[in-house]
Amino acid sequence: MSRATTESIAGPVLRARCDGPFAMGEALRVGRAGLLGEVVRLAGDELVAQLYEDTTGVKPGDQVEGLGRPLMVWLGPSLLGGIYDGLLRPLDGLDSPFIAPGERRRPVRRFSFEPLLAVGSPVAPGQPFGRIDGGALDLRCLVPPELAGEIVHIVAAGTYRDDEPLARLRTPAGTERVLAMGHEWPVRRPRPVRHRLPTEAPLLTGQRVLDTLFPVALGGKAAIPGGFGTGKTVLLEALAKSCSADVIVYVGCGERGNEIAGTLAELCALVDPRSGRPLSERTVLVANTSNMPVAAREASIYCGVTIAEYFRDQGLDVALLADSTSRWAEALREVSGRLGEMPGEGGYPAYLGSRLAEFYERAARVTTLAGGHGSVTLLGSVSPQAGDFSEPVTSHTTRYVRSFWALDARRAQARFYPAIDPLQSYSEDAAAVAEWWQRIFAALPGGGGEGNEWVVLRRRVLTLLDDQARLGRMARIVGKDALQAPQRLTLLCAEVLGEGFLRQSAFSPNDRACGAERQAQMLRILGIFLDLGHQALTTGANPEAIAGLPVLRRLQRVGEEIADGDRQAFADLEREMRQSFAALEGRSGSSEEARSDAPDASAS
Amino acid sequence: MPPMRPLLELAGGARRLEGPLLFLQRKVEVGYNEAVEVVGDDGVVRLGRVAAVDRERLIVELLEGAAGLDLPRTVVRFPGEALHFGLGSGVLGRVLDGVGRPLDGGPPLPVSCRLRIDGLPLNPVARDTPQDFIETGVTAIDLMNSLVRGQKLPLFSAGGLPHDRIAVAIAGHARLRSARDDQFAIVFAGVGIAHDTAEYFRTSLQDSGALQRSVLFLNLAGDASTQRLLTPRYALTAAEYLAFVEGRHVLVIMTDMTAYCEALREVAGARGEVPARKGFPGYLYSDLASIYERAGCIRGRPGTLTQLPILTMPSDDIGHPVPDLSGYITEGQIVLSRSLDRAGVWPPVDVLPSLSRLMKDGTGEGFTDADHPALASQLYAAYARAAQARLLARVVGEDGLSDADRRYIRFGMRFEAELIAQQQPRSLEQSMRCAWELLAGLPGGELTRLSDEQIARHIAPRAGGVAR
Repeated sequence: MSRATTESIAGPVLRARCDGPFAMGEALRVGRAGLLGEVVRLAGDELVAQLYEDTTGVKPGDQVEGLGRPLMVWLGPSLLGGIYDGLLRPLDGLDSPFIAPGERRRPVRRFSFEPLLAVGSPVAPGQPFGRIDGGALDLRCLVPPELAGEIVHIVAAGTYRDDEPLARLRTPAGTERVLAMGHEWPVRRPRPVRHRLPTEAPLLTGQRVLDTLFPVALGGKAAIPGGFGTGKTVLLEALAKSCSADVIVYVGCGERGNEIAGTLAELCALVDPRSGRPLSERTVLVANTSNMPVAAREASIYCGVTIAEYFRDQGLDVALLADSTSRWAEALREVSGRLGEMPGEGGYPAYLGSRLAEFYERAARVTTLAGGHGSVTLLGSVSPQAGDFSEPVTSHTTRYVRSFWALDARRAQARFYPAIDPLQSYSEDAAAVAEWWQRIFAALPGGGGEGNEWVVLRRRVLTLLDDQARLGRMARIVGKDALQAPQRLTLLCAEVLGEGFLRQSAFSPNDRACGAERQAQMLRILGIFLDLGHQALTTGANPEAIAGLPVLRRLQRVGEEIADGDRQAFADLEREMRQSFAALEGRSGSSEEARSDAPDASAS
Repeated sequence: MPPMRPLLELAGGARRLEGPLLFLQRKVEVGYNEAVEVVGDDGVVRLGRVAAVDRERLIVELLEGAAGLDLPRTVVRFPGEALHFGLGSGVLGRVLDGVGRPLDGGPPLPVSCRLRIDGLPLNPVARDTPQDFIETGVTAIDLMNSLVRGQKLPLFSAGGLPHDRIAVAIAGHARLRSARDDQFAIVFAGVGIAHDTAEYFRTSLQDSGALQRSVLFLNLAGDASTQRLLTPRYALTAAEYLAFVEGRHVLVIMTDMTAYCEALREVAGARGEVPARKGFPGYLYSDLASIYERAGCIRGRPGTLTQLPILTMPSDDIGHPVPDLSGYITEGQIVLSRSLDRAGVWPPVDVLPSLSRLMKDGTGEGFTDADHPALASQLYAAYARAAQARLLARVVGEDGLSDADRRYIRFGMRFEAELIAQQQPRSLEQSMRCAWELLAGLPGGELTRLSDEQIARHIAPRAGGVAR
């Protein structure tokens, strides 16, 4: 291990004179407190490092110790259910409520272990050699990637500490290596896979506007940009609680401490419908709040994605939620500024785009080294300055993600959540998941229609929203009364769609998550409403009469009032709706008012 | 400020003085960010801290005015630690300057513990979820953007708006609904404020009898601008002492955070740092977070720290870096509106851009009223619709509107005149009653955020024949 002596210190940036070779990216410790850092620049015998902790009190002359390896994190089963700082040091079980800089030990936990291999079996890199009971999940002990050979010793089934040697392996070169429940891995290097697979199934988020209009596939990547107060964090938290991934990695990157505390409490209190155990058992929280050291904020994103890849390699579907990638970009900017690098757009370093690309590229659905299938889906929020999507972080992110969920301040102000702007958002994964959705529709009572019902209904909804915006602009010029009946009906339908389908309260016990089947049913019943509305118009009813139907209120409150799996309620609602329209038709034939409106309708 | 124990003294090392930066020859062992006392020939002690250090040089950032310093005769003392603030019981009722020295002619502060003014990050695991509803008496806050203990909820204001009066009203009325005997305290930090503003707060607190349970930290507009970087930190250190050592419920009012940010820009400029937006340094977010994040509750400790920072939006622009970055850190914001103020509405709170993120945790069944969250959501939906209708009416005239839209416009007007505007503090029940009345004027079928049961209970009896 090389040593160096501190020359100067300013903020998180330290310069030191080397007493031996240091490598780029090598991890190091400074002073007696052992502050952790990383080499970011080398020039002659001088090194520049960024430190991940508060540097108050560091002096010229302080000893720097190179660790001979890059920044690494320990990956193992005990990560689940824990909360860690940006360098994956545990935050649980500290004596003081305040976090002091310096080293912290990982608490040791015990798990029941069952060997999957016998002495003499050959093992390949990334192969599971044992099974662990992880509570909510069935986990595997993996041979570290890049290690192969033959098992020369393995323990019997039983309960072991997670740092205990469980097996020994002899490499082809003849050296023996110890295997444990977990292993270390450098955070900045993607973990190897056998090959990448095309995406096909959606990651269900439980949010109708996302799953139906702007789906993200397992192994996909999505960005959630929005100004402050548009509901990014609430949406990400809702996804953490209800999305269909096996493991959730939630990275709170430069965000609020109270919110992290709230998320933590909720995850512990919520029961996972799959296993009946606390949801926190399949969640990993990485918390680097906005007042924690800035350089560790930069590392926290990489730690998060490395954890996600580790669980992916066990054949699991993992969702990584990063809130917010803008704070991460700002950490890059701050360190870059201190290094005196030439600033690019908005003061961000010129390599911002390539760093974002590297990060989002780690999302994938793969065949793992062991031959199983797993995926990492990346969902990152973006906090653009003043809600302006043309700023560098948002505009770069747009180039690398496949799903773009833009949040709209106007909707948020009306407390219309999730405040996804359907006209600015898009998804490139829609085609890939269409077949999956058709299978859901086919399983509904009445079966699937002709063609792909999901694709047809989805397009209809998107067209309706587009028309709404156009007509809204027109109404602002000529007045709503001057619109023709079909146009007024379009506005009415869009309103029903908004209240009854797109809006979904994250705090409603019934509607905080919406299952795929219920989404399909709601979409189908909306389709029926659109058909009936148009039909009624041709037989002479006017849009105002339709707006007055009491059944509309039922339709707008479906999310609140009909639970997942209640097929009867949907059937009842459909019958009630058909009856209402039938009654309307009967009335409008004789009504004076309708007749005066009829030429208007036929004229268009 | 208690005297620090001088460990090292350096005389004649000063080489250069540039704005707030003092360049020294390094002859002593000093660490980064440690405290410094700079004493000029005039005998005045100025606080500073080590901004950068290498083998030969030491850069000291002066946090008080450099006027009167010279190079040969300046003496620098190093206590060998970061800036600390000595506090003890008896700090309540005092008026202090921006760095905690008595201004009221009283004795020095008693010291029972010394705390670092920068604080340490609070472990998210040790935080308790804030959920005790505070009744402020202001309907726009209590009913629609509820404040809870441990929250940081800023007032986004602008020049000429009555933010000071609102802050005083909240400080005077704020109470828990459970009538517990409260260990309530107020810490007021005036950052770069005018003398008359400081005087207004002092006399208002005095008149209401609240001065006895308040501490005032005053950095006036005429004081050194670099000292503004310290004032919120000294005030928050005192607040943390009152909350987490003495176990009180502390409300910290900080005004004006825009002046703080401008001081930060000034110092960053002097250091020659690369500016990000509007000349503000790239770390403005992290720096503001180190202040705002000091609000909260700690599990197992009785006290809480609630922040009510006030900031003025330059040229009423909510997209300006100061309100923008604050909004990303704080748990919501209360936005004041110039047009409501012009219309004579007091308090002129524009509820649409206002938000309280922690409202969901402190309202509803078991906290306030079971129907409170749904009512707030319905009011928001209706008022947003009213704003839209009003916009439409401005272009096409009210005649071009549908009947429903005209009813919304009437609702919007009554909402501002009867619900937002108030002469007296209201209890939450009074606010809710007033709100149900207003909603009864809308078509029942439109109230999609309320359940049938809520409509039957609250709207129908009031609406008479109006609701459909």
